[in-house]
Order: sequence, then C-alpha cells, then structure tokens
Amino acid sequence: MKVTIDGIEIDVPKGTTILQAARMIGPEVAPPTMCYHSELKTSGGYCRTCIVKVTQGSTANPNPMPKPVASCRTEVMDGMVVQNVTSPEVLEARKGVVEFLLLNHPLDCPVCDQAGECNLQDLAYGHGAANTRYEFERREFDPIDIGDKIKLHMNRCIMCFRCVKVCEQITDGRVHGVVHRGENAEISTYIEKAIDNDFSGNVIDVCPVGALTDKTFRFKQRVWFTNPMDAHRNCENPKCKGLVRLWLKGDEILRVTARKDQWDEVHDFICNTCRYDKKKKTDWVIEGPTQVNRHSVISQNHYNHLNELKVQVMKQQKALGFMDINKQP
Amino acid sequence: MGKKLLIHNDKVPNIHTLDVYRAHGGYASVEKALKTMTPDQVTDEVKKSGLRGRGGAGFPTGMKWSFLAKPEGVPRYLVCNADESEPGTFKDRYLMEKIPHALIEGMITSSYALGAKTSYIYIRGEYFYVARIVEKAIEEAYAAGWLGKNILGTDFSHDCYVQVGGGAYICGEETALLESLEGKRGNPRIKPPFPAVAGLWGCPTVVNNVETIAAVCPIVNMGGEEYAKIGIGKSTGTKLISASGHINKPGVYEIELGIPVEEFIYSEEYCGGIRNGKKLKAVVAGGSSVPILPTELILKTAKGEPRLMSYESLGDGGFQTGTMLGSGGFIAMDEDTSIVKNLFTFSRFYHHESCGQCSPCREGTGWMERILKKILDGRGTEADVELLWDIQSKIEGKTICPLGEAAAWPVAAALRHFKHEFIDYVKNPKNIKDVKHYFRLNNLVEA
Repeated sequence: MKVTIDGIEIDVPKGTTILQAARMIGPEVAPPTMCYHSELKTSGGYCRTCIVKVTQGSTANPNPMPKPVASCRTEVMDGMVVQNVTSPEVLEARKGVVEFLLLNHPLDCPVCDQAGECNLQDLAYGHGAANTRYEFERREFDPIDIGDKIKLHMNRCIMCFRCVKVCEQITDGRVHGVVHRGENAEISTYIEKAIDNDFSGNVIDVCPVGALTDKTFRFKQRVWFTNPMDAHRNCENPKCKGLVRLWLKGDEILRVTARKDQWDEVHDFICNTCRYDKKKKTDWVIEGPTQVNRHSVISQNHYNHLNELKVQVMKQQKALGFMDINKQP
Repeated sequence: MGKKLLIHNDKVPNIHTLDVYRAHGGYASVEKALKTMTPDQVTDEVKKSGLRGRGGAGFPTGMKWSFLAKPEGVPRYLVCNADESEPGTFKDRYLMEKIPHALIEGMITSSYALGAKTSYIYIRGEYFYVARIVEKAIEEAYAAGWLGKNILGTDFSHDCYVQVGGGAYICGEETALLESLEGKRGNPRIKPPFPAVAGLWGCPTVVNNVETIAAVCPIVNMGGEEYAKIGIGKSTGTKLISASGHINKPGVYEIELGIPVEEFIYSEEYCGGIRNGKKLKAVVAGGSSVPILPTELILKTAKGEPRLMSYESLGDGGFQTGTMLGSGGFIAMDEDTSIVKNLFTFSRFYHHESCGQCSPCREGTGWMERILKKILDGRGTEADVELLWDIQSKIEGKTICPLGEAAAWPVAAALRHFKHEFIDYVKNPKNIKDVKHYFRLNNLVEA
C-alpha cells in the first residue's frame, strides 16, 4: 500500500497505522505520541497529540476525512495522503492538545523524578506555548502508594491509560483501572488494593509522565547525573527476558528499568525481581553504555558527542589559522 | 391537524397494557412482517421510507441496517438506545412511559429484519420507573407469545432484555453504550470498527434510538413508499419534538416533518406561543448540543425563506446561520433570558458528563465552564470571551466521540450570535442580574 505523509511516499503492508508508516519514514515526520504504546493492544487514541490531517482518504475514495484523525489508531489505505507537520491546522490543533494536557498538570518538574526523561516535557518543549492561559485552581490529589514499590502522583497524570493496559495485558489479574469521570477521573487500584504482581513494575516504565514512579529510586538522583548501561541476566521468570537498562552512579546501581526504543516504548517487559532485587553489579552482564539521543538531557554525561564537536571546532579553528587553544605549551 | 403515527393514541386509557394496545391495532406490523414478508423485504421498506435516525445524527436507518455485517455462525444484536439524556429532550421517555408496546413491537419487527435473535433496550438510569413499565410490557409480550420461541408459529425466535444504565450521558453514545452493556466502564470506543461490524461482544450490532425503532411499525404497516410521502424532501415521516422553555404549552408533540418553525411555536396545536405575551429571543432547536439561533434566524433562513422543521431546513446555512434538528429537544427562550447564564448551564452539564478519556474534552469542558462562571461572577474580561472561542475551536473535531463537539457547538453558537451579551457582561457587571439566586439554585458557591 502506498501512502504519502508530508509529501514523502512510502510502501507499507496492509494493517499499518499512519503513525507506524510515519515512523518508518523517520522522526522528522512522525507525530508525537503520549498514550500510544506499540506493545500494548488497544492503546492510543486518547491523548490526541498524534492527530494528523488526511487530505485524501484513498485512491478509491479520494475525499478528505472531515476531521483530523488519531494517526496511532487509523490504518492506512492505498493512496492515502496525510499531512502532519506541513499542515498549520494540525500544528495549531496539537498546540491546543498540549495546552489541554498541561492544564491540570502541576508543572512540578523541579521535584519530579521523571524530569529529564518525561515525554510531556519533550512534547511541551516541542509543541507547546511558553505560558498558560489557565488561571483557575488545578485539580489536586494526594499521592498514594500502589504497593510497596510504586508511588502514584495523580496530579501529574495525563490519563494515557497505558498503565491500565499493562495491568490488563502484561500482569495476570487486573487490580488497577480508572475511577470517576471526566476531569475527576483518576487512576486507582481496586479499592486501594496494592498491585503485587510479577510484572507490576512495568507501569512505571510505560508512564509517560511522573505519575507513577519507582519508590526505590525516588529523590535519589536526577536522571541526567546517572549513567545508563544496557545489561542482561538469565532471569528465572519465563516471561522475562532479563534485558534491562541499569542506571548507575559510580559503581552503584540506582535503579533498573526496561529498555526503551527510539520512541520511548518498551518492547521487553521485565519482572519485578530484575527491577527491584538485583541491584548489584555482579548480578548483571553489562553490555555497554546506552545510546542516548544527543538531544536528550540524559546525554549530558556522555561526552562522546562533545568530543566530536571539539574535533569539529578544532578543525575549523585550524582552517581559519587560529592557534590551538587546547594544546599544552 | 398533522398526521400522527407514533403517539396518536397516547390518551387512550390503559394503552400501556397489551390488551388495549392490541385492540387499537398493535402488533399488526409483527404479524405482517413475520407472516408475509422476508427480512430483506422489511429492510427494503425501511430504506424506501427514507426514515432517518431520530437520536440526533439523522443517519438513514435503512442504510445503517444494510451495513450490518452478516457472517455465518455469528449472532447479531439489535440494541435500542433509550439512554435519552440530552438536556431538553424527553420524547423517548414519553413514548416508553405511555405506549411501551410500540417500542417492543418495533424491536420485534426490526430484529426480524436484521436477523437478531436477541435485543437489548438500554434505558437511562434516571428512567428507572420507565424501565419498570417497559419490563412489565415485555413480560406481557412473552406471556402472549409475541416474544420467546417461534413467534406466531414461525421459526423466528426472539428475546428482548432491558438493561438500566448508571446514569451517564456518555452512555448515549452508541459505542459507550455497548461498553456499558458489556459491563465495562462506559467509555466510547475508537472507530472504526463500527458497531455494524464489531459491536456488542464483538458481534455485528445495530444501535437505534427508541423513536426510530417505534417508527418501523407504521412503516411496515403502511409501506415505505406511503411513509415517504409524509414530510418534506429527505426528511420523511413524523418526528416527536420535546418542546420546553418559555412557551405556553410545553410537552411532547408529534409533527409532520416540514411544518414551519413559526407555526410550531405560535400555533395553538403545538407550543401555543411565548408565555406572558413576551417576545421570542432564541431557540435551541434540537437538544442542548446543537447551536442556538436568534429569532430572526430560526424563523427565517439567511436567504429569507421560512425555516421548516426538517433536517435540511434547520441545517440550512451550516453553523454560520443554521443549526440541526438533532434529537428534537426544542427549547424556546423569551426576551428576558440571559444567553450567558443559559450557556453556563449547558457547559456545566458537559463538564460534568465528559468521560475523561481524551484530553481536549476532559480538560476543555471544565475550562469553559470556569471561564463562564468567572464572567457571571462579574470578573470577566474581553480576553476571556476571545479565549472561550479559542478553546471551543480546539475541542471541536479533535475528540474520540461527539461529546466534544456537543460541548463546543453551544459555546460557538452563543458567541457567534450573542457576543454583544458577553461583552456587555464583561464591561458592565452590573447588568448581570439574579446571578446569586441562580447560583444558589444550582448549589454553586457564590464567589
């Protein structure tokens, strides 16, 4: 099937969504996502950040779609023409969505553990306005404990439903869902019943904001002061592959998370033993430093690209006939 | 007198019982359909009749039925949407309360056409007593052999169940209704797939409004072509209108589609004019979610033609100068009405009823309500009015289900036609009258 996104044509198999097709082309045209997670069925469609304009439905029916559609849940048709960043309308609508998402968000990034690896931060930085037009009180909830390892800050939640889908699909019994309605809707466990499941910790990894955080890591370190390393071990749990990311400070493992791909999505969910109980370096086979996107604040501690930059600068300086200031006399 | 097909014998004593209903020609359509027609013939009659969905969207019913997927070995369902919660709409309640058998008759005939062995009537939680009435009628129908196995000696068997909702407006959206019927949280599904392909428990399902299903009976009885002669253009047949507001005779009226709006408001047969001899200021023609129109635009279209009670005529001019027939919740407002207050009431409703699934509606509805409250408190600025317009434009069309639009349209229309009133409130807060009383009535804290 041929689909054109922002003027770039690509051939994709049947059943591909617009979002997946856009991701195949590259990050330049891929719409941002908050609630979609490729490993979780029926996820996506809620946050509306990935909305795109379909200017031609298909070759058979070339009419445009009347409303912008959620690209993560709309399958491509042969001959579909999609506008994402080339449509000012879409960008304006996306700006609106970001504003709505931030409306009741406390913006407590300075004290939030997710800061630095927060999808909402990235989204707001890329697509949001500089200040808010909302002048009323924000909704407030008390932080609650979900089990002994997970903290829920409902204030920060953007209702992406990813954690609900994890509990439905990855763990065995669902004890976690949404209660109340509309603005008052909140994520909660079944009558405050704690999640104690082998895979419950994955709700932390899928949370795009700081609503669900790891209690064993809380307030220990800002993520950009840690060194992420990819590592693995032979996990006894048959469902867990033991492929993880270790967040190190010196020789100490501060936390263990699942590996995330380029789009910040987890593909191999890890069990709680790997996540919480294996905090010694000897437990793991360390593969090497994680490739972190140069634009991420986490890459602060990875000086590779800075070295490259230095080399480039020096080359320029040399070409211009400057003295090499880095050379020791 | 206009022709009445649905509630022509609503004043007959004990019409809610099977015997009286039968004596007045009830269940004739079931007899006719089951004994003399094939299911496809019934669908064809409905197609010919041009019947359009009476729940609000006005989608042709026959077409909806023909979209129903019919894979082998998979059950099909008919679901009746009796979750009537749109402010200003109360026609389905009247129909179910007075003549419950009209709905059950329609359910049997429609199910026969669709090949559905099971059907559900999803009744709004607040209509608990109506559910009792319908349940009782179903019991009677079972006892008389209209429901159950081998109806009228044919090989068509049918079961009909009543399900009472929890009282959420969102469950009137068809996919949210199906979720709720399945016992889940009533959140709208993301379409496609449409219910006609994967509806209740993943099976092909048709969801129709109470009035639509009841209208199938006269269509089968009189024939689709005959039915199509009533009405005007593509708006065929009769429609129940729930008239409320500042009129002399509020109530449920059955009209032939195509009568002038002016006649509907001022004639003695229908609303009987504006009460206390006041002037009409504005009309919400189809339930709270459709755009409000000022008098000059509701009585005449922008082209100067008289506006008629029909899908096309009310929609004439798009949303710039037109509105929608919607579900037929006709709310008339006299010259003393404050449009801002009215809009605040509507916005409060949509804020309260938003399901919280997608962000624009969840956050935006509350925001709009708070801005309107601020304006009514006398603290508004002109920037707030502009902001209100901007918020509604960012909700409309960006949500999963039409609730977002339903919340945005009234705001857009009020600002389009009555912006001067908002500006007046912002500039001269003294003109805001009786607001404390109004807040007290609505249990709102005075700010």
